[in-house]
Formats: sequence, structure tokens, C-alpha cells
Amino acid sequence: MSILVIAEHDNLELKPATLNTVAAARQIGGEITLLVAGANCQAVADAAAKVDGVAKVLLADNAAYEHQLAENISKLVLSVASGYSHILAGATTTAKNILPRVAALLDVNQISEIIAVESPDTFKRSIYAGNAIATVQSTDAVKVMTVRATAFDAAAAGNGSATIEAVSENCDAGTSTFIAEELAKSDRPELTAASVVISGGRGMGNGENFAMLEKVADKLGAAVGASRAAVDAGFVPNDMQVGQTGKMVAPELYIAVGISGAIQHLAGMKDSKVIVAINKDEEAPIFQVADYGLVADLFEVVPELEQKL
Amino acid sequence: MKVLVAVKRVIDYNVKVRVKSDNTDVDLANVKMALNPFCEIAVEEAVRLKEAGTADEVVVVSIGSKSCEEQLRTALALGADRAIRIDTADSPDSLSVAKLLAKVVEAEQPGMVILGKQAIDSDNNQTGQMLAALLDRPQGTFASAVKVDGDKLQVTREVDGGLQTVELAMPAIVTTDLRLNEPRYASLPNIMKAKRKPLDVKTADELGVTVGSNISLLKVENPPQRQAGIKVGSVDELVEKLKNEAKVI
Repeated sequence: MSILVIAEHDNLELKPATLNTVAAARQIGGEITLLVAGANCQAVADAAAKVDGVAKVLLADNAAYEHQLAENISKLVLSVASGYSHILAGATTTAKNILPRVAALLDVNQISEIIAVESPDTFKRSIYAGNAIATVQSTDAVKVMTVRATAFDAAAAGNGSATIEAVSENCDAGTSTFIAEELAKSDRPELTAASVVISGGRGMGNGENFAMLEKVADKLGAAVGASRAAVDAGFVPNDMQVGQTGKMVAPELYIAVGISGAIQHLAGMKDSKVIVAINKDEEAPIFQVADYGLVADLFEVVPELEQKL
Repeated sequence: MKVLVAVKRVIDYNVKVRVKSDNTDVDLANVKMALNPFCEIAVEEAVRLKEAGTADEVVVVSIGSKSCEEQLRTALALGADRAIRIDTADSPDSLSVAKLLAKVVEAEQPGMVILGKQAIDSDNNQTGQMLAALLDRPQGTFASAVKVDGDKLQVTREVDGGLQTVELAMPAIVTTDLRLNEPRYASLPNIMKAKRKPLDVKTADELGVTVGSNISLLKVENPPQRQAGIKVGSVDELVEKLKNEAKVI
């Protein structure tokens, strides 16, 4: 068996989701090749070569791959795909955009967001917003899969010494063009990688009040998240959203403030090790999954919490 | 321009699913079904394009047993002009759905195809991308804004770090994210009118597609239950528990 893992990166650095995906690939077993496709991304390939368990790095450095457009990258993956029994990527928006396209070009199905490897052809994944876990078996010649990063411990990022091989193919499909991007700026740890997450919901009242959570976050080295209700109300940008339609997190500690705990939200955070809920409604469903619940007005207890940390 | 919208009948998102006791699947008997929320957004966007004069016809298509005609009628009541049902067993896999949709696209020649980004039952997030691949057309996935500009389409996409805007050559495939629009409700007169709108039924055989799957469902289980927690009385107690009992801070 040989496994192709598509690296997640921003042309400057390798993203942590790649390390979790490599860990999943190691559970499947076989030689692991990392594909780094981008523009001026030599540094990413160098970092990829050091990841534990990676045997080879394919570097496709071309302006056509700079913004990871699905039309171009899927053609590239297809051009290098022969010989691999598995093609994997972390379940990020980039990979979710590209990988089903790759699967269809290979005339196989895709298995989305696996959470466990049972055998090289059998995997577990969650369905119905995390309310059921399905075990699926694939008889496709090539198994194309995305991997839920929070379900696998990251591979170590420092000791490997893989060879780097350049891929010169230019797979510009010419049907799509990057126009602009607008990325939210943050000094705090990335939501999906943080060991502590503090999230606010509709109960926060407005966007300014999130400053209270940020103060607590700074003391704990935490990332700040939000429920869909808070995002829809315009309190915070949508990349902070934790839930089925936002980001999946599984930190050591998750603090839900003013969040009722709709199914949608729980799907994104219920694998956290310890869950704390602060809500004034003691009937809120969030208390059914919280290890520690505090029934109180968040505007009184959040500043107090910050003080006492 | 004609716009084609694919819709799926799924369990209503407010219903808490139950896993069957023999662990073969989830129990969908006597459960309320509805239009997948992302598909509703797709229909709304198509209808808005028609209202803006950009689209002249909105065709909705669904794949499944006769029961999914209920969701097609809902889409017609929301403003779609006509409907097509491809008769298959319920829930064929994404690749089969994409292949069937590709045949419909070849026959209908729409300028744009809009799908939801994922169905809330299988949570796959694949069909739109697969359809784009089979047709060799560009894709604008997870769209939060769509703008038609001549023969180009500008799509603003929700990506992990924020937003990304791409320009696609039409015909293009778009999948909707939740923030694309706020779907309308169907009015009673429109529900009545929808009953008279055309609804064609085709079979997979007629389209020359074999519906099968190389992925088999071996088992469906309940997710691990969390231990019931405790309620604390004060912030002091909370901090103390987190430090000494849970040891997470």
C-alpha cells in the first residue's frame, strides 16, 4: 500500500491538520508521500520532509497552484495519483473543496471526515451531525478520504528526512481565477489546534461583549470561538464558528458562555475533554453535556472568572 | 439563463435521530422529513436570480423514491418553475447522484447549477464537487455571495481563515453555505399553484447510469455518551474544580 497525503498550507508554513492526517495515514500503514502544491512553497516542502513517517515529498511549485483552486489542484493530483491505494487530506475547507473532485475524476467515491481507521478499507465516520457513528467499508480501487483532524493525534513534526521530488506538471484548467481574499486576523491560537477554547453565543448580546471572553482567553492561552447564533447575529466573523457547519474542535477544555447547546453546536465540540457551561437558563441543553455547569449571569461571572485565573 | 437546482429529502433538522437497536442504520420510520436546509438556500438563490432578471427558468431536480416529490413541490412553491425526479431507491451514494445530475445537466444545458454544500443526513459534502468534475466545469463551493457578470460568475466562498472570492467561467457549479441568503416561506396560494406545475419522472436506466456503490455500511452506532456532569455554585468552586479535579488549567 502507498498513501498520498495532500498537505494543507498557505505557501509559507505547513498547517497542523496535515500532521493529524499523516497520523491517520500511518494507522492505515504503507509508504506515505506528501504532496505540497502551491507557489513559492519550498519552505513548506522542507517542513513536510521532516514530518515523522513521511517517505517522500512531491513539490509542485507553480503559480497555478497558489490559491489551491480545486480545478487546478484536482488535475494535478490526478496526474500523480497512479500507484497510490489511498489519497488523504485533512478535512479543511481546502480539502473538502478539492478531494471530492479528485474522487470523481478517479471514478471512485469519497469517504468524508473519518474519525477512526479500522483496517485499510474500513473506517468510522460520524453522520447526522454527530448523532450516529457509521462504520463503512470501501471496495473502490483507490480510497479517497478526508480526515477529521481532532480525531487523530498529530504526527511529530521534526525528525523525519524524506526526499523531495519536484513535479513539473502545469495543470492550469483555465476555468477559474482567484480574485481576492479577506482573512480574519488573530494573535490567539488557531481554533482547531488550541488546547483551551472559550466560546460565546447569542447570550453575549453583542460583538463588543466578546472582549470579556478575549480577556479570559488571554489568561488561559485559549482561542475564542462562537456559536452559529452569535455569528448569524453579526457579533463575530464566521470563521470563529464552532459547529457542524463551522469548525470541529476537541480541546482539553471548552468553555461555553451564553450558548444553549443546539445539536448543530454540540456536533462541533462534544469531543472536548472537559466542557464547562455558563448559562443563566438551567434548562439549557448544554448542561447535559457539560462536566461543570454554572447557572449564572455571564456578565457577572465572566469578569469574576478572569480575575480569579 | 436556465438555473438547475438539486434538492434532497432528508430528516428534519429538529428531529433527534435514533439508531436502530440492531445497529444496521438510523431509524427513519415515521420520522418527519423535510427539504435539506442547504438545498432550501440553493432554491432561494435561484429564485432571487430569476427575480433579478438574471435567470429565466428555475428547474429543480431530486433523486429518490416517489416520496421526494413532496420536497420538489416545496421547491416549486418557493418559486421554481418545474421539477424533475429521477426514480431510484432512497439515498444513492454521492458519485451516483453526481452522475445522474450530470446527465440532467447535459439534457437541460443550464448556465448554472446550484446545490447545497452538504446534506445534513450523510454529512458528506461531495456531490457538487463531483458534479463539477464529471462535467469538467469550475466550482464555487461554500458560497456566501454569488454575482453574475456576463459569462463570468463571481463567487465569494467561506474558507477556514475568512472569505475568498473567485471568478468562474460559466456554466459553473455553485454550492451554498448558510449565509448565502435567508430562505423565504412558501405562501398558501403558492403551495396551491405548485400542485399544477410540471413534474417529470425519469429513471436511472433512461439516463444510462448504473446506480450502485462501492461503499457499504457495516454498522451504525450511538456516539459515546458523555458522563453527566455537576453544577457548581460559584466561580471560585469552578476554578478550584478545573485546577484540582479536572487539572485542565
